[in-house]
Amino acid sequence: MTEPRELNIPLGPLPSDVEDVHGERMILQMGPQHPATHGVLRIELETDGEMAVRAVPHIGYLHRCFEKVAENMQWPQIVPYTDRLDYLGSMNNALGYVLACEKLFGIEVSERVRAIRVLAAELNRVASHLVAVGTYGLDIGAWTPFLFLFQQREHILDLFDELSGSRLLYNYIWIGGLSHDLPDGWLKKVRDFLVYMQPKIPELNTLLTYNKIFLERTGKVAVLPAETAIQWGVTGPNLRGSGVKWDLRKIEPYSGYETYDFEIPTGTGEAGRVGDCFDRYVVRVREMEQSLRIVEQAVQRLERMPADDVRAAIPKTFSKVPVGEIYFRTEATKGELGFYAVSDGKSKPYRLKCRAPSFCSLSVLSKMSPGLLIADVVALVGSLDIVLGEVDR
Amino acid sequence: MTVSEIFAKLSAALPGRGLTLEEGAVEAVIRVPREALIETARRLRDESELNFDALMCLSGVDRAAELEAVYHLCSMKYRHRVTLRCVVSKDDPVIPSVCSIWPAADWHEREAWDLIGIRFAGHPDFRRILCPDDWEGHPLRKDYAVPTSYHGIPLTAQLPPENTP
Amino acid sequence: MGVLEGRYGPNVVITSIDKVFNWSRSRSMWPLSFGLACCAIEMMATAASRFDLDRFGIFMRPTPRQSDCMIVAGTVTAKMAERLKRLYEQMAEPRYVIAMGSCANSGGPYWEYGYHVVKGVDLVIPVDVYVPGCPPRPEALIDAFLKLREKIERESIARKTT
Repeated sequence: MTEPRELNIPLGPLPSDVEDVHGERMILQMGPQHPATHGVLRIELETDGEMAVRAVPHIGYLHRCFEKVAENMQWPQIVPYTDRLDYLGSMNNALGYVLACEKLFGIEVSERVRAIRVLAAELNRVASHLVAVGTYGLDIGAWTPFLFLFQQREHILDLFDELSGSRLLYNYIWIGGLSHDLPDGWLKKVRDFLVYMQPKIPELNTLLTYNKIFLERTGKVAVLPAETAIQWGVTGPNLRGSGVKWDLRKIEPYSGYETYDFEIPTGTGEAGRVGDCFDRYVVRVREMEQSLRIVEQAVQRLERMPADDVRAAIPKTFSKVPVGEIYFRTEATKGELGFYAVSDGKSKPYRLKCRAPSFCSLSVLSKMSPGLLIADVVALVGSLDIVLGEVDR
Repeated sequence: MTVSEIFAKLSAALPGRGLTLEEGAVEAVIRVPREALIETARRLRDESELNFDALMCLSGVDRAAELEAVYHLCSMKYRHRVTLRCVVSKDDPVIPSVCSIWPAADWHEREAWDLIGIRFAGHPDFRRILCPDDWEGHPLRKDYAVPTSYHGIPLTAQLPPENTP
Repeated sequence: MGVLEGRYGPNVVITSIDKVFNWSRSRSMWPLSFGLACCAIEMMATAASRFDLDRFGIFMRPTPRQSDCMIVAGTVTAKMAERLKRLYEQMAEPRYVIAMGSCANSGGPYWEYGYHVVKGVDLVIPVDVYVPGCPPRPEALIDAFLKLREKIERESIARKTT
């Protein structure tokens, strides 16, 4: 085989008339059906050539009237609907809603129920981040991490299948307790999963996180300053990616989180700038490691606790409940999930508003997108990790 | 700071503006008339000991003859929280927009308009957000009549007739 | 095929051609990835490594112009319904629709109080296979594709006698 010939083509300056040409502005609609918008989101992109001048998100294509349904359902009947808000992190949504109701009605649950809730919520956080990271790789163009991570996620879904009867939408965490106790041998399976998962995150780092192409595509792209993030209501991994150490599990602990030992990873500008797409992504990877730590601690505790009735504190009837209103927030997988519940004493809520983290994360898109290339807009949307189920409710 | 202390500080700074403290079963709420809303909001954000830089949630509530906008605020620095309530009558449901103070209010106010029907004066991009632009009515109102169809697509459930096997 | 359909009555040549066309169409079904809500995640899980739709010849396409079937996975809302109809019209025939999940079948859990939810995608486009479940397991979606295969195998390009 002959050696490839060195090509010596002299490249002179571009002709002056080419440099003076300005691209025409074009308005493109990304979505609502689009492989990279993570659901039914329409982004109205005004582009000057390849550069986005303006990107306005339009939502509402999955508006499923959660709040109206909640006004017509009894308090415990709303739990399956909260599952369907952020369908990737159902345990966390149900936990947020149930804790708001328990605080409003003055119900206390046992320590074992709290430990099982933490275990379920953290396993769900790992599952949700696996999807976020896998689909983000897919948006950037990497097929393999998606398949690897979904395979790992299937193990978590098997665990949940055995625990609650369903792979994705569980209806497991109920007001005052849980729907089922732990099956026999389930904790051993969780331990086996932890052993299986142990080498997987370093494998993900080799495959995707420190992959040169990935670093180029996400490093220094779409920087979100901490000040802007706080003003726009961005929370969760997006806020922590901008360097703000803010996690409601530490700030306003609930369900016993204050007794667990875990760190809060924040973005450090590893790939260039603090608050770029890479930082938001790597916070999720590190959070998965921390969640697995919490799962291990919860399993240890549950193995030592005597069994009890997980339905003991569930009220016999919800037909007369205390009057009042409450705003309760928890750290769901995507950020601060808040439930504003107004009770007028009846069996159905007078008003239930869900403050979804993705709703606020998405609103910052129009501020961050001017000046980005179209491919970078895709990287930005993927790094914000939105789920339209909770944006539109 | 507790809500009573925050209320005391606000009343001292804005005397005679009609701020009242409502004790609730779980949380206390500061009721603010709409004329004093912008000033109260600005003080809550800018005063050194208050520093409420994050608007967590803005909800609309339909209460028979009145509409309410409920603001849940939090301070990242001091980690305290406060709830404001601004009540307007249904005949004149206009509240000044706080977008200039907390940009997070942008989409929340659009949603409150879409679902409850509170008009926010001074909002930079005031239109519906969840329902389509030509949707009629405000769905979360208690007297909302569900439309039977939208652009020719039926929206009510087609139940099978009685006595079908 | 457009030029052959309906021209000839049923005979041994047509049935042999039918067998070949139906076999190739059913074994190489390229769906439009139209994931709307939670069912979309189960659809992705079905396409991923454990349940693997690719071994059935199913390969998700992002554009309706290149797809044979449309899996409506999730709730159809009033705002989305028109776009869904347009995507269906953009698909070339023969085209099939799988309604995946209770929301696409009949409105799902939102059937009673969802003012913005279309109670079933068959109010907008014709559906070939309904998959129950909320969300249906990946095995159920694979079963839907196998039932769709059976349906396609019953098709014929012969001229209809009635």
